[in-house]
Amino acid sequence: MAFPAVAVYSFLYLYPAIQNLLYATERWDGVTKPEQVGFHNFAHLATDDDLFMKIVGNNIRFTLIVVIFQTAFSLLFATFLLKNTKTTILLRVIYFFPTILSSVSVGLIWTFLYNPNFGFINASFKAIGLDGLALNWLGDTRYSLYAIAVTQVWFHTGQMVIIYVAGLQQIPADLYEAAEVDGASRWQQFKSITWPMALPTTAVVVAYTTIQSFRAFDLVYSMTQGGPLNSSDLIVTSIYNTAFASFKYGYASAQSVVLILVVLFVTWLQRRTLRIDYGVK
Amino acid sequence: MLYKVFKNSLLTLFAMAVIVPSSIVVLGSFKKDNEIYSDPLALPKSWSFNNFRTLITEGNVFTPFKNSVIVSVFSVAITLLFASLAAYGIARMVTITGRLLFLLFSLGLAIPGQVNIIPIYHLFVKLHLTNSLLGLILVNIALTLPISIFILTSFFKDIPKEMYEVAGIDGAGHFRIYRSIALPLSRPALGATGIFLFVICWNDLLYPLMLITQLDKKTLPLTLIDFRGEFATSYSMLFTAIMVASVPMIAMYIFMQRSFIAGLTAGAVKG
Repeated sequence: MAFPAVAVYSFLYLYPAIQNLLYATERWDGVTKPEQVGFHNFAHLATDDDLFMKIVGNNIRFTLIVVIFQTAFSLLFATFLLKNTKTTILLRVIYFFPTILSSVSVGLIWTFLYNPNFGFINASFKAIGLDGLALNWLGDTRYSLYAIAVTQVWFHTGQMVIIYVAGLQQIPADLYEAAEVDGASRWQQFKSITWPMALPTTAVVVAYTTIQSFRAFDLVYSMTQGGPLNSSDLIVTSIYNTAFASFKYGYASAQSVVLILVVLFVTWLQRRTLRIDYGVK
Repeated sequence: MLYKVFKNSLLTLFAMAVIVPSSIVVLGSFKKDNEIYSDPLALPKSWSFNNFRTLITEGNVFTPFKNSVIVSVFSVAITLLFASLAAYGIARMVTITGRLLFLLFSLGLAIPGQVNIIPIYHLFVKLHLTNSLLGLILVNIALTLPISIFILTSFFKDIPKEMYEVAGIDGAGHFRIYRSIALPLSRPALGATGIFLFVICWNDLLYPLMLITQLDKKTLPLTLIDFRGEFATSYSMLFTAIMVASVPMIAMYIFMQRSFIAGLTAGAVKG
């Protein structure tokens, strides 16, 4: 019964994935015959490519910001919205809303908000007298990456809130009641009950967000296309440009192998964390 | 007290952060450009559907809309069929075959779909599947099979074993049990997974960007990207196009909120 799935999956997922590994050992412009170069592409990536190093650095910074803020916000909002009342459900629905939009729409909407001349963000800063904060968010090498990170957090926080709410609602209510009786403050309750009990959910949220941030492409492509001066370039935009703008297919494949390794490492780390602390299989 | 103020202001702030940009887009689709630039949150001077009219007659948004519907509907339907068959097999086969199959599809979860863009591109050039909706459908199916099988397998495993066994004793074969027991009992799961897949297919940018260059084969995300260049300063047209592209999602979200949230959340947790 699994035959159709296995057939499509093998031919259009596994086979390309294996071929990708082979491409990574070749020098190939897509026209002339590919030339075997062994591990040259990887050596070049690791030692001789300042741009790729910068892009990996960008991606790490992007990931750290998104993971920290998205996880903190969603955990905070989930503790606020834990009980099922009309207001909390409405707020969860509102927060989730950006998740259903396409990333291109989100990217283009935020391009408008960030516009230095008539964008809503700078207009708001000027209206409250903070003219100094009316910066060229997407057009300045110093801010472009962070501006996109803010958009990413806006985009997916609501989805993580839902995951956290589902996780936190599993915590037995009598734990909180007992803590209340013992006179524990809100902060103590959070520290000693919510945080440790929510750790498995946090592992899921952090791993998912990390992988999503390393796979990010759409927002960058629709907002800055990696610019200015590669200041917002990420690994996948780099793979795309190396292959389809510079026609260095082998070199782009080598970059994508780096991406696979990152994702595998994060997945392994998540599994390990879950297994050690909770015996989850 | 302080806690309440902190909590309520933070909750309101983030709600505003979602509502304000959305309102700008909705209102903007009824406005002229200069109205958007001068006061993006004001109500339009007159509510007119001129932007929508212009978009449909000149902006060429009908074809990409149709293409997106075709690609998404077929991708989701076929993926659900193939994935549910495979998931049923895996859930019922406690033998080594079932485990191997599961392992095989788990590989797909570990390898992000983006890394396949280069080999897929060259394969599709060879097979004449570039500039083809069929090509996009095939890519979508391949990319979403692992996660769909993952989600559906866990649902099929949750169905009590006795349900399957009783049907088996009554002489039903595997296909019969799949069709009359597994599928009907997991309808909510299929619905949620279907919505999750639909959102992925409807919003996908990377593969269409690489595989589609012909105007009459473009999907909505590609057309939206083109708007940025074509109407460099016309945000009224861009917002109108975003409205058109988002309407199916918003309609689904309003009418099937529970499945929608369940689907997208399951996709994240199980992935």
